[in-house]
Parts: sequence; structure tokens; C-alpha cells
Amino acid sequence: MSDAHDSDPEVELTSALVPFFVITNGRALPPDQQYERTALVTAHQDTAATARTLAPEEQAIMDLVANRMLAVAEIAGRTHLPLGIVRILLAQLEESGLVLVRKPAPRADSKDRELLSAVLEGLKNIGA
Amino acid sequence: MYLDADDVRSVKVLVVGPFGVGKTTYIGNISEIEPLQTEEEITEASVGYDDLSRTPEKTTTTVAMDFGRLTLSDELVLYVFGTPGQERFKEMWEELSRGALGALLIVDPERLDESFPVLDLVERFGLTYAVGVNHFEGTTTYPLDEVREALNLHPDTPVVACDVRDQKSALQALIALVQHLMSLLD
Repeated sequence: MSDAHDSDPEVELTSALVPFFVITNGRALPPDQQYERTALVTAHQDTAATARTLAPEEQAIMDLVANRMLAVAEIAGRTHLPLGIVRILLAQLEESGLVLVRKPAPRADSKDRELLSAVLEGLKNIGA
Repeated sequence: MYLDADDVRSVKVLVVGPFGVGKTTYIGNISEIEPLQTEEEITEASVGYDDLSRTPEKTTTTVAMDFGRLTLSDELVLYVFGTPGQERFKEMWEELSRGALGALLIVDPERLDESFPVLDLVERFGLTYAVGVNHFEGTTTYPLDEVREALNLHPDTPVVACDVRDQKSALQALIALVQHLMSLLD
């Protein structure tokens, strides 16, 4: 028998004591490939107009993306929430019209000469 | 209403290599922010390999991954993701490699054999890569040609010396990767 069902006393709590299904209202993960970790998120400028009460975790995300663009991975890193949870919360926030998500180019970035030149120039400027 | 979000673009590069090779140090040195971690769940088979009688059960493990950020211009942000090199993380590789510019493989010249499984993953996911040979002050620099030969690399694949603790040296390895990507377009 697998011991996967036994509770492991050594398990370390790395996050909130609130179960994640409570934070996310029991919502499932958004479809695969949505909210890729480098997708950039920013708050809608007129978010003050919205009346919806946000969960503390949602509010934390809104605070992070106010007036700037932040990658999904960075939101996860700064809120200390697992990436999957952040994705669910972002789906809710986008659905409510609170955030804008700039999805990365679907593919072939590595074949985009103009983009690569810009990356190269940027790297050289940092090193200079 | 629409914020002018279309002007900002993000790109990513993976920093890969065997456990303990210096990926975290590397990211810490080039990132403009204190490196962050994402926590994510991976599923893996939990039943012994000799059990053929039933479908393996899946168990969930949480892994923490380091990443850093480099703002390259007003319109361009580069994220650098440290990616664990073990086969069991291939689910994550699938997502991480999607849309990535390429990978920087960091190797320890004293333990080159540990790089093969990582090299295998890099190639399987079709990532263009450069190799950074980590060297430490005081140790003899390992001839880069020997590394190329030992890893059986394509003659065009850049192999550069890379002190992961030195920002300039670390940046240089990324630059070699991007130059290599551009040369492939010619």
C-alpha cells in the first residue's frame, strides 16, 4: 500500500492557515496556459469605482499591481501564495474587470530579431 | 477603459543546471530585485517502479523555484527562472520552456557528468542554449574546449567561463546566449 494517504507529521506549513479552497471560493484552476508566469498584470485605473469586497489575498494582489505591471510569478513570490492559487485569484479579478493581463507573445520570441536586439542592447547597458 | 499595457513586453530565459551548481547565486547576482520564489505543486508517481499490478497513484509535492528580474528598457522586462534539472520536474519544464528565449546551462567542470540529464531536458524541450562554466577564484580555470568535448556539444553552442558570483561575468553569459540566438537567424 502506498502511504500517500497517511498524514505526515513532518509536513511543514509554508503558507496561510486558511485552506486554499476558502481563499479561492472553491474555484478550479483556470484553463492551462492562462496566466503564464511571465504574463504581466496591472490594475485597471478606475478600480476605485468598483464596489466588490475583495478577499484579503485579492486585495494584496491589487495593492501590488496598482500603478505598475508585475509578472504573475512576481505576484506569487511577493504574496507567498502558490502559483496555482494566484492564477485562480487573477482569473476572478480579471473577470471582475479589476485587472488587465498582458499575455506574453504565444511563441517564437526566440525568432524575433527585433526583440532579440532589444534584449541584447538592454543587457549590454546593464553591464556597461 | 484601457491602460496602455501593450507597450510593455516580458521575455524569459531559463537558468538550468544540476543541483548545487550555483543557479541561485547566479540569479541573485543579475537580478535587480531580491530574488523571489514561486511555490508550485508538481504531481509525481508515488508507487514503486516494480509494481506493475495497478495504475501508479499520483502524489503532490511542492517545489520552490527562484527567479529574478532585469528591466531592459521602458518596454522590456526579462525574467530569469532557475529551473531544477531533475527529470521529475519535466511538467514544469513544459510550461517554463514555452515562449522562453532559451536556456543558460551552468555546469561545474569538476562534476560534468551531472549535467547530462539537464542537457537532455534542454534538448528535449527544444531550447537553444549556451553553457556557462562556473569557476571559482583560486581554482584553475578549466579549458572550455575540454568542457565542450566532454559534453559533446555542437561546435556553434557557446561555452563561456562564468563566475556566478560576479555580475559582469554572469551578464556576459546571458549576452553570449542572446548573440547565439541572433546568429541562428542569419
